[in-house]
This record gives sequence, structure tokens and C-alpha cells, in this order.
Amino acid sequence: MSNRLKLITSGFIKNNPTFVLLLGMCPTLATTTSAINGMSMGLATLFVLVLSNMAISALAPYVPDKVHIPVYIVVIATFVTLLQFIMQAYTPAMYETLGLFIPLIVVNCIVLGRAEAFASKNGVLDSACDGLGVGLGFTCSLTVLGLVREILGSGSIFGWNFIGGHDGMLAFVLAPGAFICLGYLMVLFNKIANKNK
Amino acid sequence: MEYFLIIISAIFVNNIVLAQFLGICPFLGVSNKLSTATGMSGAVCFVITLATLVTYLINKYLLLPFNLEFLQTIAFILVIAALVQMVEIVLKKISPSLYQALGIFLPLITTNCAVLGVAINVVTKEFTFGQAAHMLNLGESLVYAFATSLGYGLAMVIFAGIREHLSMNDVPKAFKGVPVALITVGILAMAFMGFSGMVK
Repeated sequence: MSNRLKLITSGFIKNNPTFVLLLGMCPTLATTTSAINGMSMGLATLFVLVLSNMAISALAPYVPDKVHIPVYIVVIATFVTLLQFIMQAYTPAMYETLGLFIPLIVVNCIVLGRAEAFASKNGVLDSACDGLGVGLGFTCSLTVLGLVREILGSGSIFGWNFIGGHDGMLAFVLAPGAFICLGYLMVLFNKIANKNK
Repeated sequence: MEYFLIIISAIFVNNIVLAQFLGICPFLGVSNKLSTATGMSGAVCFVITLATLVTYLINKYLLLPFNLEFLQTIAFILVIAALVQMVEIVLKKISPSLYQALGIFLPLITTNCAVLGVAINVVTKEFTFGQAAHMLNLGESLVYAFATSLGYGLAMVIFAGIREHLSMNDVPKAFKGVPVALITVGILAMAFMGFSGMVK
């Protein structure tokens, strides 16, 4: 049991997909214009990650080695299509906002990476825990990045405006802010991680 | 005139890396050296244009007539994967030297989200170039795809050039590697923002 807990927690710091493994950069940069957008993107990826990890770990013994990558991609694409339907039905506004980056979860290296590195070699329950851990780590870092950009860029936290009527620094909501914020957050992460060593 | 607008818009104003955040992984991954950066952009350019042609036709003559739009994601990624594999085989036979030069980059293109991103964008989004918003036709799609990949190459080559100089500088320890690269891209993106407003 503690082993599974460790799988879940290791996704946060030690194997943090964004700050340590540098995976899934495109959605990280593109969808974090606000904290809520970042969180939604993270949760969407979490959904696909857990389900595809479970399906792939169950299928892995029956998939011939030569065609395993295409098979994994089709499995992942199926869950992404499922997610598209669910989001279109229940959260159409968020589906509109995240737009292109929902179908692009298919080519997010985190999902295929976990399938290849973990799910294909481990049991269904362990893989689900691994997917949950990595997904939560991803969600967490996306929310933090979104929060920083939202505070600097539009002067609000989760949509609650605290500078009252003034405009924030627009550049942080636009493309350059994404790169610069992520760069500095990474510096901070490196600094803290090195100190703990 | 409209083709000209598409080209300017896709290369400078809506640059695929610096404004649309597509294909960041290879952008950061293989931009250490100028020569590999040009090789990668060449391969991406070829695959994006070819993939857009094939996926556009599949969407128009196979998915739309049978109301199968929801299969777009699955169909497109399979087509791209197959296409990359095919390009690899053909290139190996026809031009071994180019195949050698592109090396590992060819198979990696499958998971480059720029390819799938452009393919999906072209068939689902309405674009405005000068006149009213409309879906792109085949010719415009191809021009758009080719120009977009040129923009990718441009950003990649500029960035690789900067990075070659950056590697010789003494940066603080916590900034080394990716963080300083990201901040550099940020400043580059800021420079490219100067183009916005040129084309709506």
C-alpha cells in the first residue's frame, strides 16, 4: 500500500513532469493564461493519463512487440476522443478555451512516455496510481504557472480581481510571459531542489 | 494577394512556436547546434506540408461525407504516423545521404505536436485573411501549412544561433540549460510580437 502511495507522490517533486522531466511543454505554455485554465488542462490530461495507463497495462501482454507504439497511440487517441465528447457536453466553454490543445493530448509526450516506461511493465492498479501521481504533478505545476501568470498579467487570483479596475501587465498573459514565467519558476525549482540535496 | 497575407501571417505574426506554442519539445531539444536545427526544420517542413495535404483530403472525402468528424483525432494521428514511416522508407531508398543527415529526427516527428496541430487547425478553424472569416480550401491550406513550417524553421534557426553563443557564456548555476533557454525564447517571442497588427 505504501508503495502505491509512493508512486502517487513521486510525480509531484522527484519526477515532476514539467520542472524535472521537461515533458508536455506545449500545453504547459499555451493553456496557462489563468490558473483555472491551467488546472482544467491538467485535469484533462490526468483523465487521459489514468485511463490510458490502465488500458495499456491490461493490454500490454497481448500486443506484439513490433506494433506496440501504434497500438498505444490508438488507445490514447480513443480516450482523448472520449474526453472531447465529455467536455463538449458538460463544459463547452472550457472546451472552447482550451481548443486545439485537447486533441493534442494525443501527442503529449507525458502520456505516451508513461505508457511506454511504466504501464507496459506493471499491473493495472499500479499503473493507475502512477498515472494519478504524474497527472496530479502535471496539474499542480500547470496551476502554479497559471496562477503566477494570472497574478502578474491580469491582477486576479482564480478570476477574483484584487487590484480593482486596473489592467495587469498584459505581456504575461501573452506568449512571451509564458516562456519567461516558466523559465524563472524552473530556476526557483532548481534552487529549492539543490538545497534539499 | 491573399496567399501573400497567409504567408506573412503564418511566418511572422502567428509564428507557430513563438505565438502558438506548438512543437516546443523538439524546439528546445534539438536547438543546441545550428546544423541539427536546420536538418530538423527541413524534415518538419516536408512532413507538415505532406501531412496537411493527406489529412485535408481524408477529412473532405472520407470523414465529412459519412459524418465521422469525431474520428479526426484518431484518423489524423494514424495518417501522420504512417506517413512518417513511409517518408522514412522512401528517403532511405532514394536519397540515403539526406536520410543519414536527418537520422533520429524523422521518427520523432510523429510526436511533434506541430504536425497534428496544423492538420487539425486547417480543417476545423476559420481563418480571416483580409476578407471575411472562411474555411481554407486545398490550395490555401497547403500554402498555410508550408508557410507555418517555414516559420518553425525560422524560429528554430534564430534560436539555435543564439543558443550556440549562450553555451559559451557563464550563467548562474540554477539558470543553466533549459531555464535560461526559456527566458531567451521569451525575449525572442517579445521581439516577434512587434509583427502583430501587420496582418489581422
